[in-house]
Amino acid sequence: MNLEKDEYVIEVNELTKMFGNFTAVDAISFNVKPGEIFGFLGANGAGKTTAMRMLIGLSKPTSGSGTVVGFDVLNQPESIKKNIGYMSQKFSLYNDLTIRENIRFYGGIYGLIKATIKEKTEEILQELDLVSAANKLVSELPLGWKQRLSFAVSMVHDPRIVFLDEPTGGVDPKVRRQFWEMIYEQSQKGRTIFVTTHYMDEAEYCDRVSIMVDGKIDALDTPQNLKNTFGANSMDEVFLKLARKAKNT
Amino acid sequence: MWKAFWAFVKKEIYHIVRDKRTLLILFGMPIAQVLIFGYAVTNEFKDTAIHVLDHAKDETSLQLINYIQSSGNFRVEEILLSESQMEKGFRDGSTKLVLVIPSGFTIQFYTENITSIQLITDGSDPNNANTLVQYIAAMVSEFQPEKVAQISNPYQIKVEARMFYNSQLESAYNFIPGTIALILLIISAMMTSLTIAKEKETGTMEVLLVSPLSPILIILGKVTPYAALSFLDAVLILLLGFFVFKVPILGSVPLLLTLCLLYVVTALSLGTLISTVSATQQDAMLRSLMGLMMPSMILTGFIFPIASMPIILQYINKIIPATYFIEILKGIMLRGVSFPFVATQVGVLMLMTTFFLVVTWRKFNIRLE
Repeated sequence: MNLEKDEYVIEVNELTKMFGNFTAVDAISFNVKPGEIFGFLGANGAGKTTAMRMLIGLSKPTSGSGTVVGFDVLNQPESIKKNIGYMSQKFSLYNDLTIRENIRFYGGIYGLIKATIKEKTEEILQELDLVSAANKLVSELPLGWKQRLSFAVSMVHDPRIVFLDEPTGGVDPKVRRQFWEMIYEQSQKGRTIFVTTHYMDEAEYCDRVSIMVDGKIDALDTPQNLKNTFGANSMDEVFLKLARKAKNT
Repeated sequence: MWKAFWAFVKKEIYHIVRDKRTLLILFGMPIAQVLIFGYAVTNEFKDTAIHVLDHAKDETSLQLINYIQSSGNFRVEEILLSESQMEKGFRDGSTKLVLVIPSGFTIQFYTENITSIQLITDGSDPNNANTLVQYIAAMVSEFQPEKVAQISNPYQIKVEARMFYNSQLESAYNFIPGTIALILLIISAMMTSLTIAKEKETGTMEVLLVSPLSPILIILGKVTPYAALSFLDAVLILLLGFFVFKVPILGSVPLLLTLCLLYVVTALSLGTLISTVSATQQDAMLRSLMGLMMPSMILTGFIFPIASMPIILQYINKIIPATYFIEILKGIMLRGVSFPFVATQVGVLMLMTTFFLVVTWRKFNIRLE
C-alpha cells in the first residue's frame, strides 16, 4: 500500500449497486487525491450513503471496480477496514465510558499495541485540551467536544483516509467552524478527508465536491469551478439548479 | 485478534458494572425470584382459616373438628350457628371453606354405612378451592379408621401413596429448576439482545462493523460476559436452593453444570437471533418478553401442569427449549440420573441451538449486504 505521490487514495470506476430492480448507485466514477478534502454531496436518497458503504467495506458492489488506499473494494474489504477511519453520523463514542476508556477501546479493536495506545491517548487528550477531563464520562461532555473527540478517535490508528458521514449534524455554526479547523489541520498533515454533508456552506470548504443526483454523479469539481459553470453565487444555488434539473427529467 | 477481543470484553464489562439496572437484573432478580417463589408461592396450607357449621354438636363431630385443627393446616375461625351465616364469611373473605356436619353425626358414623359431611368452598378461586377440598377429604378419610376400631369389611383397599423423589411434596423441588431455566433465559437471551440492540440504536454498531473486528468477534465479545454471568447466576440459584430450601443435587454436579452451560449457549443464540431482527432496545425487550419469557413460564410445566393443557399447547410446549432444560435439571437434581437418561433432551437442545445459530448467521449476513 505504498502510495506514490501522484497516485489516488480512492479510485472508483463504474461502481454500481442494485437492490433488486432498483439502482441505488448508477456506475459512478471518480478519484480522490492524497490529502484532499473531498466533499460528497447529494439529497437524501440520492445514493451517497450506499456509495460510501461500498467504499468502507460494508456493502458489496453489484458491478464496477474500485480501490481504497490501494485495496480492492470487491475482494479486500477487510484490508480496507484496517486502513481507514470512519465517523458515523450518529454519535460513535460510548457515553458510559470515560474519555480515556473510549480512546483505549478503539485503539484496542484496531489492534494497536499497548505502548502505542498509551502514547496515542496522551496525544489526543493534549490536542483536544482534555487532559484534566480524561477520567470523566463522555456523557458529561458538551456535544461539540464529543464530536471533535469522536473525530480524533476515528484516527487513533493513523489511517491515510477518514470517512466522515455528516459529522456536523445538529451542532451550532460556531462548533461547526471549530470542527472544520480540525479537518483542515488533518488535511495539511496529508490525511485525506472524505466527507458527506448537507450543509452547503460546508461544501465551500472542500477542495473538490461531487454532487450525486438519482444515483449518478452529476457534477464534480472545485467549488469555484462549479459556481462558474452553473453561473451561481453559492454552492446552495448550484445544488438547487442540479436538483431542479433532476425533477424535470 | 485476541487483544482486540479482550479490549471488547473489557468495554462490555464497563457497561455492565456502570449500569445499576443491569446489575440489579443480574444479581437482584435471581435472589428475589428464588425467595419469592420459595416463600410466597407454596402449594401447602398453613393455618388456613375455615368455618364450621356443626348441626350435630356431639362427641364425634367435636373429635373430627379437633382432628382437623390439630393438623396445623387449618384453624377453625368460627363455629357457625345456622346456614344463613355461611355466605358472610365468603363475602368478607374471612374464610374460603365451610365444613358442614349433619345432625346425628355420631349415630350415623358408628351404625350406618354411609355418613356424609358437606364442604362448601369459594369457587371464585377454583385452584385454591380444589386443593382445600382434597386436603380435608384426605383428613376425613384418615379420621375414620382411627375411630372405627373393628373392621366391618376386611376386603377394603387401602391406598398408600408415596411421593418418590420428593416425599414431602416440597414446592421448592419444582420451582428451583424452573427458576434456573427462567433466569438463564432472561439474562442470556434478553440481556444480550438488549445490549446488541443498544449498539444498533446508538449507532456504535456501525462503527464497530467498519472496524477490522469481524462480525463474529463482535457478537462473541458481546455475549461472553453475559454467558459467564448467567452461569454464575445458575450456581447462585443452586446454592440458594440447596442451603435455604434444601433442594438436593443427587446426580453429578459437573454434568449438571456442563448442561447449564449448554442451555446458556441456547439462550444466547436466541438472544442474538432476537437482536438481529430488532432495531431498538424496546423492540428487543418486547420480543424477548412475549416470545421467550411468557411461554417459558406458562407452557413448560413450571406453573401449570402440562398434562392438563389443551393438545395444541402441549405441542407448543415441545418447541420451547426451557421444557427440555427443566426435564434435565429435575432428572439430575431430584432423581439423580446419569447422562444416558437425559441424552434425548440434550440432543434436542443441541439441535435447537444449531438451528438458531444458523438462522442468526443468515440474518446477520443479509443485513450486512
